Amino acid sequence: MELEEKAEELLETIWICTEEGTEDSLAVVGLREEEKEATEQLLKVDYIMATDGHLRLTKRGRPVARNVVRRHRLAERLLTDVLGTSDMLLHEKACKFEHLLDRGLDESICSLLGHPKICPHSKPIPPGGCCQQERAPAPKLVSPLSRLSPRQKGKVAYIYATESSQLQKLMAMGILPGASISLIRGFPSYVFQIGQTQFAVDKEIAKAIYVRLVEPETISETQEELPHGRGRGCRLRRFGRWWSKRS
Amino acid sequence: MLETKTTPFRYDESLESALSHIENLLKDSYSVSKRTVSLLLLQGDPEIERRVRKQEASSYTSIQRIVSEARANYNQPISYVIALRRQQEAKRILSTTVTKKEKFGIGFAERLSRTMMNPVTGSLILLIVLYFGLYQFVGVIGAGILVDFIESTVFGEWVNPWVTDFVVGLVPLQIIQDLFIGKYGIVTLGLSYAIAIILPIVTTFFIVFSIIEDSGYLPRLAMLIDRVFKTIGLSGRAVIPMVLGFGCDTMATIVTRTQETRRERVITTLLLALAIPCSAQLGVIFAILSGNGLALITWVMAVALVLLLIGYLASKVIPGERASFYIEVPPLRLPKLSNILVKTYSRLQWYFIEVLPFFIMASILLWIGELTGLFNLAISGLEPVVKLIGLPAEAAVVFLYGFFRRDFGAAGLYDLHSSGELLGVPLVVAAVVLTLFIPCIAQVMVMLKERGIKTALAMTLFIFPFAFLVGFVLNLILTKLGVSL
Repeated sequence: MELEEKAEELLETIWICTEEGTEDSLAVVGLREEEKEATEQLLKVDYIMATDGHLRLTKRGRPVARNVVRRHRLAERLLTDVLGTSDMLLHEKACKFEHLLDRGLDESICSLLGHPKICPHSKPIPPGGCCQQERAPAPKLVSPLSRLSPRQKGKVAYIYATESSQLQKLMAMGILPGASISLIRGFPSYVFQIGQTQFAVDKEIAKAIYVRLVEPETISETQEELPHGRGRGCRLRRFGRWWSKRS
Repeated sequence: MLETKTTPFRYDESLESALSHIENLLKDSYSVSKRTVSLLLLQGDPEIERRVRKQEASSYTSIQRIVSEARANYNQPISYVIALRRQQEAKRILSTTVTKKEKFGIGFAERLSRTMMNPVTGSLILLIVLYFGLYQFVGVIGAGILVDFIESTVFGEWVNPWVTDFVVGLVPLQIIQDLFIGKYGIVTLGLSYAIAIILPIVTTFFIVFSIIEDSGYLPRLAMLIDRVFKTIGLSGRAVIPMVLGFGCDTMATIVTRTQETRRERVITTLLLALAIPCSAQLGVIFAILSGNGLALITWVMAVALVLLLIGYLASKVIPGERASFYIEVPPLRLPKLSNILVKTYSRLQWYFIEVLPFFIMASILLWIGELTGLFNLAISGLEPVVKLIGLPAEAAVVFLYGFFRRDFGAAGLYDLHSSGELLGVPLVVAAVVLTLFIPCIAQVMVMLKERGIKTALAMTLFIFPFAFLVGFVLNLILTKLGVSL
C-alpha cells in the first residue's frame, strides 16, 4: 500500500510523539487541513485509530511508522554525511528524500552509512534488519573506525559517544568532525593518524568514531603522477609500470 | 583582572547571547576574564561552578537558568559545540599561515614504529628488549658484575675492614660493636646491602627504563598489550606503572594515580604488590637462576600465571567502571643522553631517600631481635611453614628478612644460594614465594596512603598466606612430576 507523503509524515509525527515523547496520543485539534486528509487515509488502512479526538498508532501501523522515522533519519544522515547539506535545509530535504527510500533501499543506505545509530540531531535511528547482521559487507561511504581496514582514509563525519566521558576523551584527542583520519592498524588495538598525531584506542572508542571514507583509488592515482615517489608502495608501482611496458 | 584587548572570535548567535547575559550578571572579579568564566559555566566546569555559586550568591539562580536554557538549544553538549567552533577557527588560521609539504612514503622511524605495533614482530622486539635491557644489562651487568665488584672488593676488602678497625678501636663493648659491624650491623649489613647490592641493580634498571621511556616505546607496548590487560581488568595504559614496578614497586604504586578509574588503581596496586618483582629482586633472582634456564623459565611461568589468575579474579570481584584505552603514540625518538642521566639521577635520589632509612631500621630491628631472642623465636615459628613448602630450615631467615624488605630477603637468598644451601626445586620455590610477597615496609606504607587502610590491609592479609600457598602447590607439582631443576 503506497502512502502519500503527507500520510507518512503524519505517521512519523504520531510515532515521535507517542514512542519517544511522553504523550500516549496525538490531539486532532492541532492538525492542519491537509493533515486531516492524511488522517482519513491512515484510518482507512487501519494504521491509526481515533478516539475522543486523539490519534494512536494501531498494532499494524506501529512498524510502518517506525520505518518512516528510520528512513527520515537515515535520509538526514545521508544528506549531512555524504552530500554535505547545510543544517537549514536538512529537515525539509530529508522529508522529500525519505519517500524515495523504498523498502530495501533503506537497508542499502544504512549499510553505506555504516549502520548509524543516531541522526544529525542526536535522535536514535530505529535499527533495521541489516543493523543486526555483524557480518554485513564492508561499508562504502561512512563507517565506524572499528570497521575500516588498515590504510583506509577519510574525514571524521561525526562522533557517536555513549557516555560524556568518552566524548571528552575524543575531543581531547582532537577527534572532531572534518578532521582527516586514517587507520594504521586494526589489531590488537586500533592505531590511527589524525592530523599530525597518532593514537591507539580500544574497540569501544573506535566504534564511536564515524568516518566518511575517501576512495583509496583517487589517492593512489595522485601518487602515480609523482615523479620521485619513495617508499615501498611507490617502488612497487614503478616496478609494475616497468613490467607491464616490458611484456 | 584580565580583559582581552582584541575582539575575541565569536560563537554562534544563541551562544553569544547566553554569554553576554551571563557576563552582565557576573559582578565579582575572577582571575580570568568574565567571558572565560561564562564559557566555563556553559561547559559545566565543576570548579568554576563552585566559585561562582560562592561569589555571586544573589544572581546565581538566574545564571543557572541561562545556562540550562542555552544547553536546551543544542543536541550536543555545549563543550562539544564550543570545541567544534574552536577547531573551525584553528583550521582557518592554519590554512592562512601554514603550508604543508606532502611527504610520500614512510621513513625509517615510522616503519620501525609499525614493526613494534605488529603483534608478531612486536612480541619479538619485546623479547629482545627484555633480554638485553633487563636480563643482560640489569641482571648480568648490574646484579652480576657490578654487585660482585662493589660487594666483595669495595666493601669486603676496603670499607668493612676499615670500619671494623675504627669501631673496635672506638667502643670496646661487644654489643655496641655488633650494632655497627656484626652479622646484622648497620654498616656490614644495612649499608653494604643498600649500596653493594641494591644500588647497582636499581641504577642499571633506571637507566634502561629512562631509555625505553624517552624512545616512545611504552605507548606502543601499551597498544600491543591492551587486549591481554583487559582480561585482568586493566587497560593498556597500565603498562606504565607495571613496567616501572620492575624497578621499584613502591614508586609504581604512587604512579597508579595516573590511572582513570578507582577499580584500575586497586587492581594495579594488588598486582604490583603480589606479582611484579622489583629490580632488586629481579637482579638477584636472575643472578641465582641464570645458570639454570629451566629454573628461570619455571619461575617466570609461575609468577606470570599468578599475575593473570589473580588479575582475572580481581577483575571479576572488584566492582566499578570498565577500563577504556586510549593513548597518544608519539613518534619514535633517539633518547638524549643528558635527559637519561638527569632522570636516572633524580629517580635514584628519590629511591635512596626512601630506601636507606629502611635498611638502617631493618638492621637495628634485626639487631634487637637477635639480642632479645625474638628473632630466633620468629624463625622457629616460620620453620614449619618453610619446611612445608619443601625448603631448608635456614630459608626461614630469608623470609624474615623478606618481611622487612623483599629485596633484603632476595639478597639473603643470594647468600644462601652461593653458600650452596639452596639449590634446584627448593630454590625456585623460594624465589617464587619471595617474589609474591609484598616487597617492603615502604610499599605497605604507600599502599595505606594511596588505597586507604581497609583495602591495603585486605591486600596484605591476602598476599602473605597466598604466597606460601602458591609455594606449597608449586613444590607439590614439581616434586610429584619428578622435575629436577
